[in-house]
Amino acid sequence: MSTSRMSPAEIASWQSRVPRAFGPSPRGRLLRVVGGVAFLAWLVGTLWWFGVSPARMWNGVNGLFVILRLMVPPSPGEQWVEILQGLSESLAMAFLGTFIAAIIAIPLGFLGARNVVTNTLFRFSLRRVFDGFRGVDQLIWALAYVRAVGLGPLAGVLAIATADIAVLAKLYAEAIENAEKKQAEGIAAAGGSPTLIMRFGILPQVAPIMLGHALYFFESNTRSATILGVVGAGGIGLQISERIRVRHWDEVAFIIILMVLMVAAIDWLSGRVRRRLIGER
Amino acid sequence: MRNLAIAVQEAAFLDLRRQRRQATLIGALVLGVCLLLAARTSEFYPSSLAAGLPRIGEYFSRIAPSLEWRHLFAGVGTEGSLAFWFYRLDAWALLLFETAQMAALATLGGAAVALFLAFPAAKNLGAPAWAFQLSRRLLEATRTVPEIVFALIFVWAFGVGALAGILAIALHTAGALGKLFADAMENIEMRPWDGVRAAGGTWAEACRFAVLPAALPDLLSYAMLRFEINLRSASVIGFVGAGGIGEELYKVISFNYYEEISAIILLVILSVVMIDLVSERLRRRVIEVVA
Repeated sequence: MSTSRMSPAEIASWQSRVPRAFGPSPRGRLLRVVGGVAFLAWLVGTLWWFGVSPARMWNGVNGLFVILRLMVPPSPGEQWVEILQGLSESLAMAFLGTFIAAIIAIPLGFLGARNVVTNTLFRFSLRRVFDGFRGVDQLIWALAYVRAVGLGPLAGVLAIATADIAVLAKLYAEAIENAEKKQAEGIAAAGGSPTLIMRFGILPQVAPIMLGHALYFFESNTRSATILGVVGAGGIGLQISERIRVRHWDEVAFIIILMVLMVAAIDWLSGRVRRRLIGER
Repeated sequence: MRNLAIAVQEAAFLDLRRQRRQATLIGALVLGVCLLLAARTSEFYPSSLAAGLPRIGEYFSRIAPSLEWRHLFAGVGTEGSLAFWFYRLDAWALLLFETAQMAALATLGGAAVALFLAFPAAKNLGAPAWAFQLSRRLLEATRTVPEIVFALIFVWAFGVGALAGILAIALHTAGALGKLFADAMENIEMRPWDGVRAAGGTWAEACRFAVLPAALPDLLSYAMLRFEINLRSASVIGFVGAGGIGEELYKVISFNYYEEISAIILLVILSVVMIDLVSERLRRRVIEVVA
């Protein structure tokens, strides 16, 4: 290879022409240092604020290993029936809650859609109400409903339904807005009333999308229904928090495994139903 | 002849319609049975619902603040004013700030763990089989267990307080982000990787100099989205004693301090919406700068 070394003058000229190729500019380097220091200061400050110390971490990790050792082997304990009942309760809560939310969200979705309701002020405020509901976590609803209707799965069903109505209504409204206009125009041209337009012009187009969203929410609610019991709203969460309270770790591990299996089974089932009803997408 | 063809068509049409009606009927029947079973299991009886609905209305009307228009901007001492409704605003603001810090720490810790597990979990990077399987299974396990369950366990190991909540959210985040990170790494251009390997770079060096720069915008965007999700989680993880505004919310709901419930929930909603807006802008900026 016949390469000659660059002379210092050449290097200097290149450096003046493309300074960024020779590393960050002094200002960039300064910014990096300042950013790094600020980040470190924030990290140390918050860790100190939360009382995190190496000794506390070490003790905690040790405690965690003790718990993990006690978890093996997982055992169902003596209350097989209660565990299975809790699981079926969670599943029932998710199913019923999603169903109720999906039904109530249909008219709300139509009300929130731009191509159905032309009153901007009404639609805008309805959308903001949806957003507000969305900001409240399912667990908060569950806790409130437990105070209102008492302990038990009924509170869980209501919590799931309330938390999902707003989100589903928003998704439905978007689906309706994206629907093809031609069918609706055809019905209108043939003299159909607004109700008929919605029923035969829009609904057949958006029904598969709505069903898809509802099934997806059913999957996600199966996950969340397993923990609503922690605040007393029925389901397997109650069993798990009771067993953690009395430190029966082997039973806790057993229930966690069952929970994971149930969620996986529902995911699989719902995927099959979706493919069957709305085809591959 | 023509009549026959019409008759055949008509018969086929009727047949098809009968079949579809039958399928719909069976579907509706299955759905109905499932609904009945679910209603029975979840104690969703008409009687309990009829008894519960009025109480729900009563409960939520008591939560609603009793504001009076003429005292709206009066001081803390006047009933019916905004200041009276939010009389502990300073304490709640501090708790909200703490909750946001919890979410930030948890996202940071979770993303760091996710990053390390994502390299072996990406299919295209050819990590040893044991490392691939191990990281995949670890990510799956931490992803599928809800963070509240982790928090319940961690409260025993680390004591009541924010640390348990941070670690619980971080662990769940590691699983959820790890999968997304691995997916992002599987979608990168492989030529830089081949270049680094051909120049004699080790596996780790190839990860650092070929994969990371290409995947970084995606990783950052996922991590920031996760921060928004974690903020919601952090606001309720206090229900099991794991710190943040959730502990306060649990207390006021359990003790039926009605108006404080609506005040805190409103604050949580406001801060979540605000951080969503800010974070969306920030995300776009960061991606522009990095990419």
